[in-house]
Amino acid sequence: MVNTKVTLSSWQLDNPVIPASGTFNFGKEFSEFYDINILGSFSFKGTTKEPRFGNPCPRIAETPMGMINSVGLQNPGIEAVINHELPEMKKYFNKKVIANISGFSIDEYVYCCEKIDKEEQVGLIEVNVSCPNVHNGGMAFGTDANNVAAVTKAVKAVTTKPVYIKLSPNVTDIVSIAKAAEQAGADGISLINTLLGMRINLRTGKPIIANKMGGFSGSAIFPVALRMVYQVAQAVNIPVIGMGGVSSAEDVIEMMYAGASAVQVGAANLTNPYACKEIIENLPKVMEKYGISDLNDIIGKSFK
Amino acid sequence: MYKRDIYTIKENKKIAKDVYYMILEGDTSFITAPGQFINIQIDGLYLRRPISISDWDDKAIYIIYKVVGAGTEKMSEMKNGEKLDILTGLGNGFTIMKESDKPLVIGGGVGTPPMYNLTKQLIAQGKKPTVILGFTSKEDVFGEEEFKALGCPVYITTNDGSYGTKGFVTDIIKTLSDYDYFYTCGPQPMLRAVALSTECSGQLSFEERMGCGFGGCMGCSCETLTGNKRICKEGPIMFKEEIKW
Repeated sequence: MVNTKVTLSSWQLDNPVIPASGTFNFGKEFSEFYDINILGSFSFKGTTKEPRFGNPCPRIAETPMGMINSVGLQNPGIEAVINHELPEMKKYFNKKVIANISGFSIDEYVYCCEKIDKEEQVGLIEVNVSCPNVHNGGMAFGTDANNVAAVTKAVKAVTTKPVYIKLSPNVTDIVSIAKAAEQAGADGISLINTLLGMRINLRTGKPIIANKMGGFSGSAIFPVALRMVYQVAQAVNIPVIGMGGVSSAEDVIEMMYAGASAVQVGAANLTNPYACKEIIENLPKVMEKYGISDLNDIIGKSFK
Repeated sequence: MYKRDIYTIKENKKIAKDVYYMILEGDTSFITAPGQFINIQIDGLYLRRPISISDWDDKAIYIIYKVVGAGTEKMSEMKNGEKLDILTGLGNGFTIMKESDKPLVIGGGVGTPPMYNLTKQLIAQGKKPTVILGFTSKEDVFGEEEFKALGCPVYITTNDGSYGTKGFVTDIIKTLSDYDYFYTCGPQPMLRAVALSTECSGQLSFEERMGCGFGGCMGCSCETLTGNKRICKEGPIMFKEEIKW
């Protein structure tokens, strides 16, 4: 028997596999494919203070081994999430969930985090300072260390649950931003969000995505994500949730070797709705293959 | 509910310019309504390809697709016996309206396929559909004989007049009066023209670039008068009254 249990800020998960925000909505669609209670947890759809429709379509483009999305934080708003989505979620998910919160000002982050902090179904709050698909928000915070620190400090002041800051990879120095979050009181770091990318339609010569650019994700970005997790995990003393192109149990183990305490799976859920189920089922076999008896033993092994 | 399964290609043949007919043998138990679609994984491509269901029975799914990009091009080269990983049970599908006895069924180009099973079901329920199929040119026309074999009147239009009536499907609609509803699938300008050409209510099938095809990513959302909808989940079929043009 191998041990797949991992801990994020004293919250124990049955396994490190967590569907990433924006690729799992509020879980219900996936619960029609399999019992999602096998998951470690999942990070729900990025939620803002007000309901948002998001960006115009087309919002999706394909790339080799990946995709670009420009959904633009479509979500029902924090009130609807608390009053409707969370009660509904109890019908198909009996574990704690990760609350992914986004905003356009520090006040909005504070407003949403303070509200969601009171929900017993929430295991930790993941503050998204890195969405590339909205103007004047999201990534604008995530690309500046001072802003990241300010958001972190403000949110920590109104919350009791662990706060993880989800960082953008679209920066020159990811380590300095992660350190700024840590120094401002973050309990953990989630990385990476999508890389800014684009595709152009060969017939029209115009961008495929209506918003022109979007967030690039999928297997293609795994090495970039892995490298950033490796850099950040060495530089901070708080847990790192690694994500970006993870699509197999092998990827999960590689991410943990790079320093991740848990791993999120994003775009893979969209191409294979059973991706997380298959990863969880394969994980013990792959651990045995590589002589791993406890996942906790391998976190950060690549630099230790 | 959805189903992912492996399907075997039993036939894959060209039936018009760039248009292919494919039979996929496998579980069809999750398909519940005409107008639903399947999402096909294609080796070497990241995202699945959503394709509408033309018809299905206990053993197989029948699709008609047009080669428009890398995915459908690969599909057109597939051979009998090849296996495909497919999601089924996707989309809401058409709702057959009890109160309509004489509906128009209007297909445009590769929007025509889902209208085939719909027409079959309408006839099976004692309705008297009139079918109008619009194409660009003669070389694009397909399905005429199959629809006629169901025993309903079939009008064909081509934009250039090289086959059937010259013009658009709306040129036929305006010559007809004995109908009480419409069901349609085709390019968006055609859907809009159809909806504006008649006082009747109807259902329209939309398409959009999709991420997952089952409501997970919000990649294909649209705004309607009854709230935000995902083309893949609450759609692809919408009621005329809820559409924001």
